[in-house]
Formats: sequence, C-alpha cells, structure tokens
Amino acid sequence: MSIDKKIVDDLVANEVSFITTVPCKQLAGVIEEVDRRDGIFHIPSNKEDEGMGLCAGAWMGGKRPAIIMQNTAIGVTINTLATLIQYYRMPLPMLISYRGELREPVACQVEMAVHTKALLAQLNIPTYHFHRQKDVEEFDMILKYTFMCNKPVAILTDANFWGGYGDQ
Amino acid sequence: MIRSEILREIAPILRDQLVVCNIGIPSQELHAIDDQPTNFYMLGTMGLASSIGLGLALAQPKTVIVIDGDGSVLTNLGTLPTIGNNAPGNYILMIIDNGSYGSTGDQPTYTGKKTDLAGMARAAGCDNVVVVQDVDTGPALQKAIAGRRATVLVVKCDSGNAKMPVITMDPVIIRDRFMKAVAS
Repeated sequence: MSIDKKIVDDLVANEVSFITTVPCKQLAGVIEEVDRRDGIFHIPSNKEDEGMGLCAGAWMGGKRPAIIMQNTAIGVTINTLATLIQYYRMPLPMLISYRGELREPVACQVEMAVHTKALLAQLNIPTYHFHRQKDVEEFDMILKYTFMCNKPVAILTDANFWGGYGDQ
Repeated sequence: MIRSEILREIAPILRDQLVVCNIGIPSQELHAIDDQPTNFYMLGTMGLASSIGLGLALAQPKTVIVIDGDGSVLTNLGTLPTIGNNAPGNYILMIIDNGSYGSTGDQPTYTGKKTDLAGMARAAGCDNVVVVQDVDTGPALQKAIAGRRATVLVVKCDSGNAKMPVITMDPVIIRDRFMKAVAS
C-alpha cells in the first residue's frame, strides 16, 4: 500500500472529514488521495493561519479536522496555535512536510527547518518525526491521541520518509 | 451610527443565530449587550473570524453570522477567495466597515481611503455582496438570513467604540457552551 493511501485511510478511520491544505510537492500525493475520498471535504487555504481558523470552526460544527502544510507554516501560525487552537483547547492534527531535512535540495528550506522543532517544543506541541517509511505505522495512534487530548499535534514528515526528490 | 449602536439594534436578530464575533471591542460590545451561548467570542487571533465561521457553516446546516471588521478582513484577505469559492448558503459575513482599527485606538484603515472591500469580495468570487448604511443593517441582515444564500454584507458606519468590560469568561467555557448550542 502506498504511504499516501495509508495516511488517508488512517484519517478516514479516525473520522477526519474536513481537511484544509496549503500544498507542498512532498504532500502532493496525499492531497490527491484526499481529493479522491467522498467522505472528506477538502478546502484549500491561502495561508495556514486561515486554514487553522477553518479547522476550528469545522470542529465546533461537529467535524474532525486536519491541516496539511509545510513546516515553514509554523512561523506563520504561532499566534493562531497559541490564542485559538490551544487557548480554546481544540484538537488539530497537523501533517507537516518537513522541508530542509536530509535529502533536501533547496538550501533556504534549512533555515526554517533548524527552528521547527524548537518552536514546536516552545509551544508544548506534541511532535512526531517520520523519517523512515515504517514510521507511518504510528499515524493512526497519533490521530487517536490528538482527539483524546484536544491539542494541536505535529507530524513532521521529511524527504527521506517520502523517498526523496527523484534523483536528488 | 457606531458599531455598538448597530449591535444593540440587531441584537434581537442575532439572538437566535450562531454568531462568530471578531476579536477585541466588537466581542466585548456584543457580550455586554446580549451575551448568548450561541455567540462565539474571539479573544485572540485577529483576522480569523471569517474563517472560523466558514468552517462552522460548512460543517453543519444552521445559519452562521460572522461579525467582522474592515481591519480584520484586511489582515486575512486570503479569506475572500476561500469564501467566494466555498461558502455555503448558511454563511453570512457581516463586515462592520468603520474605516478604522477600533480596538487599537481608531487608527484609519485603507477602506476609509481608496480600498473597496465590497469590490475586493466580488473580485474574489463572492457572488452576493451587499453594501448598506448603518441604519439599514437590520433589514439587510434579516433578508440575508431568509435568503439562505451565502452573503457578504458590508455595513458602512462611523468609527468609534462603546466602553465595555473585558470578557473574563474562560475560553474553554465559551467554546464548550457554543458547541452545545451548535449541536442542540
């Protein structure tokens, strides 16, 4: 089974039915898979803090949300995470493309990668790092954990996890 | 009219609806005028009222009224294309456009100059954009509720704030009672 399909199967099995995305080429396959599922409403966002607002509203309306985004978004969403998602105690699985890690071809991506875990730790956000393909086996448990504790939870998925960028 | 006078006038209309209210003085004014479990008060996160309301409207069938401001919409302009392409018929975005950042001391926003929020909303794909003067807010809002069609309602009014107390209710209580009202 492909990683993309496994991830979306786990989202569906955990009743996640509202997903917002800001794209990344590493996440393109997952986003395509999300679009293929009738049970998921997919609404692209223009910026990740906007997407978190959508997710907050959807959750208060009775749907389980998730956001799919790049790790650069942590720089964009700190205020939203602190004063909306955490302050009102809302669950939010964040499937994050961890750019700037091993097998990254674009140097600038490293500049936010070096801050990503520190920022998440500063926010007390539970953080999981998928580096090898078998790490995806924990995704189902992470989703259950997120909706158990009503917190934002970060799943960082690096280029090695996704199989690199072709020949790079 | 200033925003608090509009809110006082439309409070009987808002009372039966789900309301997501913008951060700062707008939420303080609504809370003081007519606190309801159907009101979700934003205590932080400037700009996201329209997005929270859109997620809520997409997730369940009851009418959702977002009380937003010109400054907050300018903060989150990406919301307009998302609304224009996705908003369902139970979504009403009411922008109280007083041309100023009220909660921070009435500094002017660009909507008081050359920028036209209604025009931006239309260009973003919002099909049903209505502009009214403050005194006409009540009937325009009732029409939007009855129409069951996604609406962006731009209410032009004067700049100014009423002196109201800060909301001290715990955010989890605000959220919990709101979710119960949504589900009831």
